[in-house]
Amino acid sequence: MDAFYGYMLYGISLATMGGIYAVLTLGLNVQWGFTGLFNAGIAGFFGIGAYTSAILTTAPTHRHLGGYEMPYVVGFLAAMLLCGIIAYLVGKVCLRLRSDYLAIATIGIAEIFRLILKNETWATNGPRGVSEIPKPFEHWPEPWNQFAFLALVLIIVAIVYVLVEVARKSPWGRVMTAIRENEPSAKAAGKNVEVFRMEGFVIGCMIMALAGALMAHYLKFVDPNATDPLLATFLVWVMLIVGGSANNKGAILGAFLMWVVWSATEIVTSRLPDELAIRAAYIRIFLIGLMLQIFLQRFPQGILPEKRPTVPKSNQNNEAL
Amino acid sequence: MAEFINFYFIPGLILGSIYALGAIGITMTFVILRFANFAHGESMTLGVYFAWTLVQLTGLHPLVVMPIAMVLTVLYALSIDRIFYKPLRNAPVVMLVVASFGLMLMTRSVVQFFWGVQLKSVLPGIQRPIMVLDYLRISPKHLLIIVSALVLMFAVHYLLTYTKIGKAMRAMSDSPELARLTGIDTEKVVLATWVVGAALACAAGVFLAIDTHVETRMGFKLLLPMFAAAILGGVGRPYGALVGGLIIGLAEEISSYPFFGTEPLLNPGYKAGVAFAIMIGILIWRPSGLFKGKVF
Repeated sequence: MDAFYGYMLYGISLATMGGIYAVLTLGLNVQWGFTGLFNAGIAGFFGIGAYTSAILTTAPTHRHLGGYEMPYVVGFLAAMLLCGIIAYLVGKVCLRLRSDYLAIATIGIAEIFRLILKNETWATNGPRGVSEIPKPFEHWPEPWNQFAFLALVLIIVAIVYVLVEVARKSPWGRVMTAIRENEPSAKAAGKNVEVFRMEGFVIGCMIMALAGALMAHYLKFVDPNATDPLLATFLVWVMLIVGGSANNKGAILGAFLMWVVWSATEIVTSRLPDELAIRAAYIRIFLIGLMLQIFLQRFPQGILPEKRPTVPKSNQNNEAL
Repeated sequence: MAEFINFYFIPGLILGSIYALGAIGITMTFVILRFANFAHGESMTLGVYFAWTLVQLTGLHPLVVMPIAMVLTVLYALSIDRIFYKPLRNAPVVMLVVASFGLMLMTRSVVQFFWGVQLKSVLPGIQRPIMVLDYLRISPKHLLIIVSALVLMFAVHYLLTYTKIGKAMRAMSDSPELARLTGIDTEKVVLATWVVGAALACAAGVFLAIDTHVETRMGFKLLLPMFAAAILGGVGRPYGALVGGLIIGLAEEISSYPFFGTEPLLNPGYKAGVAFAIMIGILIWRPSGLFKGKVF
């Protein structure tokens, strides 16, 4: 029975982390899948979201800026708002240029944020990070608190999914696809490409911030490793490409699938002797990278390919008139 | 004044020439293969580890074994191009950026797997600086780096100005369509771009390793300044990349000089942010860079 209980808790933690990654991947899907924007600094927005919510909700302490003891909702909303503003400023500079510049600038944002974390120890407690972050339902008895948090994550995944799915099928989403596929003709049709791109970029970054805030409250702890480009940027990219870009179900599937693969391989490698275990960790990264390359070359559509929304009948008639 | 030159200007010059050599590869891949190569820093890291291994095997000075390390790095870059980039050449270019981003982490994990993550050094021992004109202090390793960097820069200049392939590269970077129409062999130019870029990346990495030490994140740390240098100089402009690299390197070092009073102008912890700030500035006011490069 004890073994079963342990497996169950492990399953819950897998599902919770998978859910948080699903939110991140949905955010990236709005940027990459819908709009074709390359964000190489997901870790930056994720980290900014995590720290913002952490600092706003923790109890007073001398170790870092904080002590506002705000409700979670305020933390989540502030995280999204701040990332939205930063994304707007970055977008203002880079979105009129090709996607590569945005990639370079976003990786820069992630690096600058890491520098701030390192240098402004009065606000962030430096490498020791922010701890004792309150977690929703943490006073409930074990294991119900875990279940409740998982439910919260899954509800948020569902809400984000429904919202981005509605957006994808709406005229807004169709303009996005048009811009991604053929920018000159979208422009010729009178669409303001820059404004649409900006909306996609800002919304995506806000969703990423939400995922960051969730992660901070789930782990009750956040340190500069949150901005590690491997776990927070690269893995998310692999999730989306494998799951199927531009398909929201694919994004969620990819997130859960790759998180299970990532965690399962960790179980295997952690059983090896120490020296080998450290080296095996690098093989894991290499293999995940190889998987990305194989999908890019052979199955660029991912597991669940994009499905274009059908234009409703009534609309078609209107357009014909 | 002597303090300014010895501790800010000369280190800035060293760092600047390292960025400059690295940025040439970035700017040429950007314009000829049409994508921002995120794995460029990792070619640099790999080249340094090749050089380190050769130094361990032969006991020679790193600059002596550097040509061999450069050849190995070029072979690496060419096989990467064949296996990972070539199949995507007809796909949307942004796919290449994604692929290079993946290769960045793959290459680094290979380095970490084979060589471990401990700090290493290519040139053991502490060197006594040479005094010039009583107040100028320059350490022998800095002198070596500057001289070798100058030699490489002249080699690049010679290649681009006097050789057929160099002229073809410049033609491709000015106008790929026109270059193709005049019968320039595109694949050959792509090949040359990888050779030049990887060789210079390896050299820049070895210079940095001589100046500081060898570690697995060194290429990634250089990536942002190199992009900044390429954009500042104008994408597709090799001479621009040289100037851009020197400006970024100097700006990073000089930014922490105490111009007013005794406090550094900028907290040295934010040195790495200077390149980013310059890059954002140039993207806002002059995206074509100082030397009127390409804007995509």
